[in-house]
Amino acid sequence: MSYLSGAGVKADPVVALTWGVLVISIAVVIIVSILLLAGIQRGRSRVAAVDIELQQVERRGNALALVYWGTAISTVVLFGALVWTVAVLAAINAPHAKPMLTIEVTGLQWWWKVRYLSDDPSRTITTANEIHIPTGQPVRVRLIGADVIHSFWIPALTGKTDTIPGQTNVTWLEAQRPGVYRGQCTEYCGEQHAHMAAFVVADTPDVFQTWWNDQLRPAAQPTTAQEVQGQVEVQFRCGACHMVRGTDAGGSVAPDLTHLMSRKTIAAGTLDNTIANLAGWIANPQAIKPGTRMPVLNLSGQEVSDITTYLQLLK
Amino acid sequence: MLRVIPIALIACLVLAGCDRSSATTGSVAGGDAERGATLIAMVGCGACHTIPGVSGARGRVGPPLVQIGNQAIIAGMLANTPDNLVTWIRTPQSVVPGNAMPNMELNDHDARDIAAYLYSLR
Ligand code: HEC
Ligand code: HEC
Ligand SMILES: [Cu+2]
Repeated sequence: MSYLSGAGVKADPVVALTWGVLVISIAVVIIVSILLLAGIQRGRSRVAAVDIELQQVERRGNALALVYWGTAISTVVLFGALVWTVAVLAAINAPHAKPMLTIEVTGLQWWWKVRYLSDDPSRTITTANEIHIPTGQPVRVRLIGADVIHSFWIPALTGKTDTIPGQTNVTWLEAQRPGVYRGQCTEYCGEQHAHMAAFVVADTPDVFQTWWNDQLRPAAQPTTAQEVQGQVEVQFRCGACHMVRGTDAGGSVAPDLTHLMSRKTIAAGTLDNTIANLAGWIANPQAIKPGTRMPVLNLSGQEVSDITTYLQLLK
Repeated sequence: MLRVIPIALIACLVLAGCDRSSATTGSVAGGDAERGATLIAMVGCGACHTIPGVSGARGRVGPPLVQIGNQAIIAGMLANTPDNLVTWIRTPQSVVPGNAMPNMELNDHDARDIAAYLYSLR
């Protein structure tokens, strides 16, 4: 999650600008410090012998010249930085080509809902926190706020854009190389703001299409008695909030679990998606992410066991 | 000089005796406690248990494992021997079917290292 190195055509000019302005700023601090120290030194050595109260203010002819020079140089450098900044803003404002893919990202307390839009409604899917994109092409991101203001930020790919309730913001991103790019909500949004990460997973277009096709499949069907029991419990206990496509669990206020096991983390990057973490989350989410909108459901050990076994199928 | 030898011998015996009496549970043959601690964090036991020395392990689903090295019985079922602890860590669902702790697909080697770390918690 470093903003000092970019991984896409949108981030690269910003990263160059960041370094450029950083170097200028450091140079300014050094130059000003040296001048200040030199001035102090000169003044000291001159007044050392005399009573400071009796020292006359000098107005030497060339004193103001230094001010003129300083102002002139600062103006030129600042104006240069301004032009550079405006040029970068213009360059990243819109992608160089029309995006083929639009993803709708909704900020909620405290996770991201991710919908893949398509002209063909049967190809629309919903997932959470992990945003898959194809490499080498711009992707449009529509940002929606569901409760309070959040801010979407993937430092290696794109700057911050707020998700605001009642207003759709649009941004775009593009990754040159396959990789996983971590992002984070950057507008304080409540207790668990710090546990609201997003991941952009960039893959080559082929791999991306395969992933999308896999996500279109309905949920895997249970076979063993325990898995069947687990599915029944998920429908009853979890289905009001969570969706498992192809079952009676049809909620839409919580992450879609249809392909839960294809994700690397759970609860917006809070935990790695391991069996242990998954079972622990289901049994007591409030201990792991206090305040999360998923309540403790007072499940029995048997129910936790059945549900965890069933969820393992949802690849 | 000659007087020192019996004292040293007695000291040895006393220390050896201490060692045996405190190690009611023994240690795990071939277990690497340090690797065990790393594994505990990777696997995610901390999502359910409070485990001293493992960062983020503050779970509140199962019992805290603060003194598991001194405990007589594991999960109210098994005598706390190294082999039993390894069995519990690998297949809790076979020992107490339907309890909340899942089988986590750990191999014997990993489970031994985890058990070695747990025995350091006294
Ligand atoms: C009242 C609504 C509600 C109920 C009921 C509910 N959940 Fe959740 N669940 C949520 C919310 C909201 C989140 C997102 C939490 C976050 O990241 O802060 C969530 C997150 C999750 C996640 C993590 C998903 C991910 O990709 O990050 C899993 C797994 C999960 N719930 C499983 C369950 C199971 C299993 C049940 C039933 C036993 C259940 N939930 C019941 C609201 C609910
Ligand atoms: C989903 C929650 C969950 C996870 C994950 C989990 N446990 Fe447990 N664990 C429990 C519960 C619940 C018990 C109590 C079981 C019982 O008494 O039947 C327990 C009991 C234990 C005990 C016996 C404790 C005692 O006081 O008797 C040990 C040791 C233990 N677990 C170790 C582990 C280790 C090591 C891991 C990770 C590899 C782990 N657990 C992962 C829930 C969990
Ligand atoms: Cu936030």
